Amino acid sequence: MQDLQLLEKVERYLAKEMSVEEEITFEQLRKDNPDVDQLVVEQTLFLDRLAGYGDHKAFKSELNEIHNRLTEEGTIQRPVAPVKVLSLFKRYKRVTAVAASIAGITTLLIAGMTMYYSRKVNTAEIEQLRREFKQEVAKRTNEVYNRVKDRFPTKAPENAQPISGGTGFLIDGKGFLVTNAHVVKGSSSVVIQNNKGQQFRAAIVYQNEVTDIAILKIEDTDFKTTSSVPYNIRKSGAELGESLFTLGFPREEIVYNEGYMSAKTGYNGDTLSCQIGVAANPGNSGGPVFNRNGEVIGIINTRQIQAQGVVFAINSKNIYAALQEIRTDKANDTTIQMMKLPTTSMLKGLERVQQIRRIEDCVFMVKSY
Amino acid sequence: MKSALTEEAQLEGLARNDKEIIEAIYAAHYTMVQSLVVNNSGSYDDARDIFQETMIVLYQKARSGSFQLNCQLKTYIYSVARRLWLKKLNYSQRYVPDIGNIFETVPVDEQLEQHDQQNSDFNMMDKAMSGLGEPCKSLLEAFYLQKRTMTDIAGQFGYTNADNAKNQKYKCLARLKKLFFAQYKNKT
Repeated sequence: MQDLQLLEKVERYLAKEMSVEEEITFEQLRKDNPDVDQLVVEQTLFLDRLAGYGDHKAFKSELNEIHNRLTEEGTIQRPVAPVKVLSLFKRYKRVTAVAASIAGITTLLIAGMTMYYSRKVNTAEIEQLRREFKQEVAKRTNEVYNRVKDRFPTKAPENAQPISGGTGFLIDGKGFLVTNAHVVKGSSSVVIQNNKGQQFRAAIVYQNEVTDIAILKIEDTDFKTTSSVPYNIRKSGAELGESLFTLGFPREEIVYNEGYMSAKTGYNGDTLSCQIGVAANPGNSGGPVFNRNGEVIGIINTRQIQAQGVVFAINSKNIYAALQEIRTDKANDTTIQMMKLPTTSMLKGLERVQQIRRIEDCVFMVKSY
Repeated sequence: MKSALTEEAQLEGLARNDKEIIEAIYAAHYTMVQSLVVNNSGSYDDARDIFQETMIVLYQKARSGSFQLNCQLKTYIYSVARRLWLKKLNYSQRYVPDIGNIFETVPVDEQLEQHDQQNSDFNMMDKAMSGLGEPCKSLLEAFYLQKRTMTDIAGQFGYTNADNAKNQKYKCLARLKKLFFAQYKNKT
């Protein structure tokens, strides 16, 4: 109760409602009693704040009133609300951009990692056995070669470097050769060379990248046609374990190799080809694979890079399929229509050395320019 | 008509709480602030709040008597509103876009500091008032804010006489002071 009376006194003192003597007494009280003095100061501050508060509040409500009135009058207008989606986009475009970038990076990372770990290698794991000509030919300066060169003029286009080389073999006495499509791929002209160093020009008459078979025709007057080739081409495949031999041109020289039938399918279960256990090197591509009886059972085309002695050869029956295609393609070309594949091997029962002597004339080095 | 008045006259009118002048200022500058806020990821209500706060700053300045407007009123309002809006965006942790200056601005930081102080005083008082409860709140508002006489108040609130009402008012005031200074002490 006393506090309240004191408060009342303070208020009256501040509002200057006190009589003169009352004021003097009160001022004396202030001086004597610091608590009362403090109360006065506090009250002054508080009343000031309270007045400010009232002012502020009144002004605020006035502003609201004005705002409403002006809106009604149309002096100020609500902004035309932008389309919700658009405003949302505006507000979150930074966030969206960041999120999108993160998503993009993550996707790339995952894709990269998947690629890395799945290691889906196809062509990288197997190597096509064509020969890359670099300067090897140019470096061959031995006497024999020079002699050969003098004897047989080169048929290569002038100033041209061979882009790739492989092996090919005759399938017909009139000058039809089989080789790999990848050997002659991208070439403008093809020159073949026999083991004696004699060169002939040849034209590509058929090329199939899927089976990897190409058929060339020797178009050169120097070439002497023969009535037949000593070997025949088998329609059925070879048996596992059958011993095989190959002839090819991984060098400038014909090279003989021996091996066996390893598997009936090729790389990744490819049924167009088979696996053979034979040493093969770049340049062997397109080379014939013979069985013991001198029958062509396949055409060497690739080898597996990581594995030793894993070479793949295209099944010989694909040659028949290829010929069938040419015959339908070039119905009015009589030489093609007349072409007859050898049916019997003349090499049966012969010594291997004899067999090779007969065969080597029919195996050629293929150089594409 | 009123907008034809000089800006000093407008400020004087504002300090006097001249309704027509306030309205004129409001009408003349509201749209500018609204487009500032709305174009920088604010809503209509944000614009209204920001403009009204700007007006309060201006009002307090005008009332303080020491305020010297050394640029156009428009520039001043724009500067204050821009500053307030940036602060609000910052506060709500939204991404703060680069608010371009459509108009020139003047530095207002110092003045806004003062405004912040007053604002926090206002909020403390508001909190204390709402913590007080009825009928104390209305009683105090009637006496201190609306400046009505004690007899009038006693009649309205149903007190038998002015003295009782006065007694009650002192009790309420003591409580309000307690609430207010409690916050004040916490703050400082």
